[in-house]
Amino acid sequence: MSNTQWIDASAVDEVPEDDVIGVMVDGRDIAMYNAGGEIFATDNICTHGHARLCEGFLDGHEIECPLHQGKFDVRTGQPTCAPVTEAIRSYPVKVEGGRIWLALG
Amino acid sequence: MTTERPEVAAAACASATIVIVGAGQAGGWAAQTLRQEGFAGRLILIGDEAHPPHERPPLSKAVLAGEALHESTWLHKSEAFEALDAQWLPGARVTRIDRAGKRLELAVGEPIAYDKLILCTGGRARTLSVPGADGPGVFTLRTIDDALALAPLLQPGNRIVVIGGGWIGLEVAATACKKGAQAIVVEAQARLCERTVPAEISDHLLALHQAHGTRVILGAGVAGVSTDAFGKPVVTLTDGEELACDAVVVGVGMVPNDELARDAGLACDGGIVVDACCQTSDPSIFAAGDAAAMFNPWAGRRLRLESWQNAQEQGIAAARSALGLAVDYQPLPWFWSDQYDMNLQIYGVPLPSHQVVARGTPGSASFMLVYVDGDVVKAALGPNAARDLRFARRLIEQRKPVDLARLADVGVPMSRL
Repeated sequence: MSNTQWIDASAVDEVPEDDVIGVMVDGRDIAMYNAGGEIFATDNICTHGHARLCEGFLDGHEIECPLHQGKFDVRTGQPTCAPVTEAIRSYPVKVEGGRIWLALG
Repeated sequence: MTTERPEVAAAACASATIVIVGAGQAGGWAAQTLRQEGFAGRLILIGDEAHPPHERPPLSKAVLAGEALHESTWLHKSEAFEALDAQWLPGARVTRIDRAGKRLELAVGEPIAYDKLILCTGGRARTLSVPGADGPGVFTLRTIDDALALAPLLQPGNRIVVIGGGWIGLEVAATACKKGAQAIVVEAQARLCERTVPAEISDHLLALHQAHGTRVILGAGVAGVSTDAFGKPVVTLTDGEELACDAVVVGVGMVPNDELARDAGLACDGGIVVDACCQTSDPSIFAAGDAAAMFNPWAGRRLRLESWQNAQEQGIAAARSALGLAVDYQPLPWFWSDQYDMNLQIYGVPLPSHQVVARGTPGSASFMLVYVDGDVVKAALGPNAARDLRFARRLIEQRKPVDLARLADVGVPMSRL
């Protein structure tokens, strides 16, 4: 689709390697991950306990919620560990000109 | 792990019946796990409460404060619960396990036959044995019904006396203050949460509650509870002081519900004894959650883990084990408490033989105490240090030596240790 609207979310440098940050993008609370140099983005609020995933723990491609240690695959948003059972929304990402662009859809 | 034991076929076949006694968090996760692992037989879930399986942590916080509906604690949305295709018996009490006949007797209704039985009977709030402790205006807090009964009393102008300065007592005191009530905490020991945390954390908790205007009376005994001329409770301390109030909340620990197991002749030792497969001394019976006592390698002894984490993980493990799947449950104990804006977490089991390394300054809003054996991290705890504690958990699990000077240096990120 050529009419995807890409929104400038942050500088690539702002997401430390193998870590996660929270950013507000167009009024939405987004978690951005740097997993081994690759950038991913999901909603920031856990589908289980209303905790912010950006305060969690990124292990490879899995983000662990800081509250109950449920886990999601940051590439797909799919739950990978109890107690989370509901997927979290993930967003298409592209990196251009040192900036991270999101398609919120 | 998919290694199966021979009996898996018997337990997993469509004509088998698995009964779960106890519909709390452990029971709920056990039920869900049985279905997830493909169990197609009859699944019966018996609970003595009127509510479907739920998580208890919010009951002393958001639900008690009226900020969340009690339904928000349910483990399953109603469609998901129905999809489990479990025969749910709420408000039902099992009176006896007939092990020879492999069936359960209930207070009301026909006996229920089982092929495998999972006991998730949990615990009940310990009560005080002083005069008047069962009188009007005296509450405990463990169940949804407890929270709903107490909640209306937490309001401006009301005074709440909390007996017991442990986790439940302190969370209730914090919620009471948040709702505008005045709280008084009466603790028998010389410091708060004495059984579970070191003095630095007790001091931190004391300062936190005092800063919110709560009077904390340490080293105080309760002589009795009476009722004044207006029908309100009065707590009398052993030194003679009288504390008039609108409600008394007794938070002095829990008693495991292991009587059913004990009466059936299952091995019990301060809880239902299970092995690392969650199996009791009867190979057809498993146990999980607050009532189960298991050897914990991190503690080096058998214990019960009264925690949210264990209720979930041991419930899952017991269900897998009941299906004959390979299970070796050796959880690193993890506990948290939320009071005001403080989140305190504990990983592992601090032992007297451990050395303590402080990261950050005890007394400040956020710090961590790390327990080491030589240069290997064994346990860690602290307020408002969730991220550092999560890294500490990894160090504990990896069992690798660390540089203690760097561990103590907040300038060195935990991720770089």
